Amino acid sequence: MIAVLDNFWALLGLKVLAATGVILTVALVIIFAELKISAHMQSRVGPYFAGGRYGWAQPLADAVKFLQKEDLVPRDADRPVFKMAPMVVLAGTLAVFVIVPFSPDLVVRNLDLGVFYALAAGSIGTVGVLMAGWSSANKYSLMGGLRAAAQLIAYELPLVLAVVGVVIASGTMSMVGIVEAQAEPFFHLGDTAIRLPYVFQGQIVGFAIFMIAMLAELSRTPFDMPIAESELVMGYLTEYSGIRFTMFFLGEYAGIVAMSAIASTLFLGGYYFPGLDSATFGPVVLLAKIGLLAFVMIWFRWTFPRFREDQLQSIAWRWLVPLSLVNIAVTATFKVVF
Amino acid sequence: MEFADWISDARNIVFLVISLAMVGSAIRVVTSPNVVHAALMLVVALAGSAALFLMLGAPFVAWTIVLVYIGAVIVLFLFGIMITRAPTGRDSVRLDHERRWPAAIIALATFVTIAWATTVAFEDALISEGVTTADDLGSVLFSRYVIPFEVVSFVLLAALIGGIVLARKDPDQ
Repeated sequence: MIAVLDNFWALLGLKVLAATGVILTVALVIIFAELKISAHMQSRVGPYFAGGRYGWAQPLADAVKFLQKEDLVPRDADRPVFKMAPMVVLAGTLAVFVIVPFSPDLVVRNLDLGVFYALAAGSIGTVGVLMAGWSSANKYSLMGGLRAAAQLIAYELPLVLAVVGVVIASGTMSMVGIVEAQAEPFFHLGDTAIRLPYVFQGQIVGFAIFMIAMLAELSRTPFDMPIAESELVMGYLTEYSGIRFTMFFLGEYAGIVAMSAIASTLFLGGYYFPGLDSATFGPVVLLAKIGLLAFVMIWFRWTFPRFREDQLQSIAWRWLVPLSLVNIAVTATFKVVF
Repeated sequence: MEFADWISDARNIVFLVISLAMVGSAIRVVTSPNVVHAALMLVVALAGSAALFLMLGAPFVAWTIVLVYIGAVIVLFLFGIMITRAPTGRDSVRLDHERRWPAAIIALATFVTIAWATTVAFEDALISEGVTTADDLGSVLFSRYVIPFEVVSFVLLAALIGGIVLARKDPDQ
């Protein structure tokens, strides 16, 4: 077993398989959570029968149903681009997981530029969305793709700027380094060291900006204009079916997991929880934090109505960008003064 | 160095594959009959250059190319193309230009000049004190190169204001 692990390619293959398996499982769990939580919030039944109890097998049944469907390509579509688009979106999302630390050691690669890499990898998906919208040769798809692109460009800026505050406070871009910086005592109360995650160390504005920008980046309600059913059928997803639709669908939920993981690592202390050993309980702690943020996102979806397109742009440019710049200036001033 | 020795190094094979993909996609950028395909081929070429920077041990530059060029510039290109006209299949407008041969000659001349200059200047010399990590880049940028850095940001600000002035419709006119 150890001999196999010494081989670079065998280890690489194993890591890829393990990461893909874990991510897709967690994505299925989030899909199930969305079905159940939305049902409870709207006082309706939701999945109930699949798998015997609680309808736990519903996401699996959905996945099998999607896989059985024919992989249709419209006649006028641009075939290669149409077929590549879901792969680009999914690849961009999965690439983010390289730097997510589940414990001090359980991380695919602890890059020096961790956060920066995550933002760069996450931005690739936009190209895939535009490819999908354009190549479908459908005006609803094109409108959806354009809306998505405008939205993703507008909210990428506050997302990156919100992260800068944390990077200034911790002095590193490595994800493990940021968690370790949060595990340091913030101040001492008598003899007890008080350890606080960054959200309670003055990065609460950054956290709020990051959460809003994250919802927009994921095209989740209240920012789901790219796939607004009442206006655009399904936006850039309109012409997709079968396995390629499944890839978009899984990509969306894997994206929720990825962004929640980054947000929990940056602002909520990641795998660290006071009193628990990070090496043993790290993965559980991080998964719990991811689950909490994913729940908040699902909660938002069934609570808020959709914004208008112009409201979306003005929130980003008039409020979030200036606010995040102020946040950076204040954080930097505090870092220098204290 | 013999070609057999050169090719036996795995790094050189990776370099060869990336470079060939870059050259191929760069040629497609200028020859593709569809403007969206050209932009998407530019993504491949830029991804290749990011990969080359990774191979050179300059991850910050590599991820900046991905974040800024692929994630923002190309997306804006595609956005601009699609919001104005977005034909699938063959473009009705010819993307060609009558001065394509002078352009090709100048491009080739530029390539030869840069390739010749870098080969003559460095040959096989190892660069020992390269600044590659984000830490070092930050320190160098804000100490030794702080004035060029500020000048560049000032130029960008001017470009930004210029863009707004050009795009804005004055209500009086």
